[in-house]
Amino acid sequence: MRTRPNYAGGLAGLVWLAVVLVPVYYVVVTSLRSQRGFYDANPLSPPVDATLDAYGDVLASHFWRYFLNSVVVTAATVAIAVTVSLMAAYYVVRGTSWFSRLTYRGFLLGLAIPLQATIIPVYYLITRAKLYDTLLAIILPSVAFAIPLSVVILANFLRDVPNELFESMRVDGAGDWRMLFSLVLPMTRPAVVTVAVYDGLNVWNGFLFPLILTQSSDQRVLPLALWSFQGQFRVNIPAVLAAVVLSTLPVLALYVLGRRQLVSGLTAGFGK
Amino acid sequence: MALPALAFFGVFAVLPLGGVAVLSLMAWDGIGDPAWAGLDNWALALADPATYRAIWLSIQVMVLSWLVQTPISLLLGVLIARPGRFRALLGVLYFLPMLLSAAAIAIAFKALLDPNFGMSRAFGLDFLSQDWLGDPTLALYVVVFVIAWQFVPFHTLLYQGGVRQIPASLYEAAQLDGAGPVRQFFHITLPQLRYTIITSSTLMTVGSLTYFDLVFVLTGGGPGDATRLLPLDMYLTGFSGNDMGRASTLAVLLVAAGLALSLGLSRLSSFSRGSQLEGA
Repeated sequence: MRTRPNYAGGLAGLVWLAVVLVPVYYVVVTSLRSQRGFYDANPLSPPVDATLDAYGDVLASHFWRYFLNSVVVTAATVAIAVTVSLMAAYYVVRGTSWFSRLTYRGFLLGLAIPLQATIIPVYYLITRAKLYDTLLAIILPSVAFAIPLSVVILANFLRDVPNELFESMRVDGAGDWRMLFSLVLPMTRPAVVTVAVYDGLNVWNGFLFPLILTQSSDQRVLPLALWSFQGQFRVNIPAVLAAVVLSTLPVLALYVLGRRQLVSGLTAGFGK
Repeated sequence: MALPALAFFGVFAVLPLGGVAVLSLMAWDGIGDPAWAGLDNWALALADPATYRAIWLSIQVMVLSWLVQTPISLLLGVLIARPGRFRALLGVLYFLPMLLSAAAIAIAFKALLDPNFGMSRAFGLDFLSQDWLGDPTLALYVVVFVIAWQFVPFHTLLYQGGVRQIPASLYEAAQLDGAGPVRQFFHITLPQLRYTIITSSTLMTVGSLTYFDLVFVLTGGGPGDATRLLPLDMYLTGFSGNDMGRASTLAVLLVAAGLALSLGLSRLSSFSRGSQLEGA
């Protein structure tokens, strides 16, 4: 359609590409250096004698324990958040009462508030419930904070399911639960994947709740572990950056698998 | 059906939202029991220049972030919206920062910006060997830059989606009229993207009230209090200073600012929707 190339856009695109890639490249090459090499080499040169020593240091520092904690917290949060959000989305789309409209508006409003401002009362609740310094303490508020956007995206998607499908199932005598599992879930699968990936990313990378709601190294999750590695390894920068790489690998795998879903789903969710 | 979601959201979001208001009227060290304090916290917080400094820093970061991120995301969104193998590859690479945790990003940039061992040695340019995080003014700009690095991908995604919804017929008509790429951008792309601009700006400005983890790991609020933004000020006052009551007053300010911003911007969007109907 257009014949003249867009030089300004292309140039800006390449500059930003460098801005994105230089730090990423720096993290990866530095993580492959020896501690000596880190002080001697040009920071952006390829490592001459690449070594996995830094990764060894990280793996020897209870990395797997933190990794496992992150997996538990992320899996539990995503499973609960997606399930209850799908149920709520079904209710706000199919419900006809004033309360279902109010519910939807409530979740919309939830998007507009910087919920991080509620950390002090959340801390109060968790300590009084004797849940402080447990993984459950991270999971519960993480679910709550994931719900508004999840419901809004799922509801937007669910509105496009033709009414006749619901009606014909209703005629067959299907209750809400059968409707949810045999119709809503299959029809909204792409949106469910989007929401799961997005919520999963947020929880996996979440820092604030683990920081204020856990304390011991037994309950430490990865983002917090990165922060404490900084203090522990101090001048061993390659090890700190190797931990960064290791903590990102699972997300990278997920991204490669679910990129299309994430991108298209998010666009649809915010596009309305 | 909505009950479980409402229960979670009610207990861990709505209740705490009311809770900050109540706690802002209490004296609480975070360990014992909160005790009634009336307006003491408010009086102290509002009399303290540090509060205004934190607010002013947050406003600066909000405005600068918007000014930096909006043009970049808009341009990149337009760039990768059109089909093409190379553009698709660009898209994949652009979105990489979205995958990293704020802690990881902060740690990476801290190492990269180190005046002795960071990137200054890579290029041999004196200009790069400044103490980026040690100088108060520079540190604030670095924070804005790193925040942009983290969030531009998300907004690029929004703009990419917005551009793809613009009907191709508009461009074809413009081309027939002899309008070049620049005029097409300003007369078609930009006006057609106004809702995307409002959505993105809302998320960006309300989001700027939540910049916590990145700044916490990158600078810890320093040097001095040069990057002690409002959310960080709230955290440090409450959890390091053991003054939860006073921290709650700052939380109330954050909630009020967030609500005001999103309501204001949504009014703006319905206003422009209305005028668009009139014009049609």
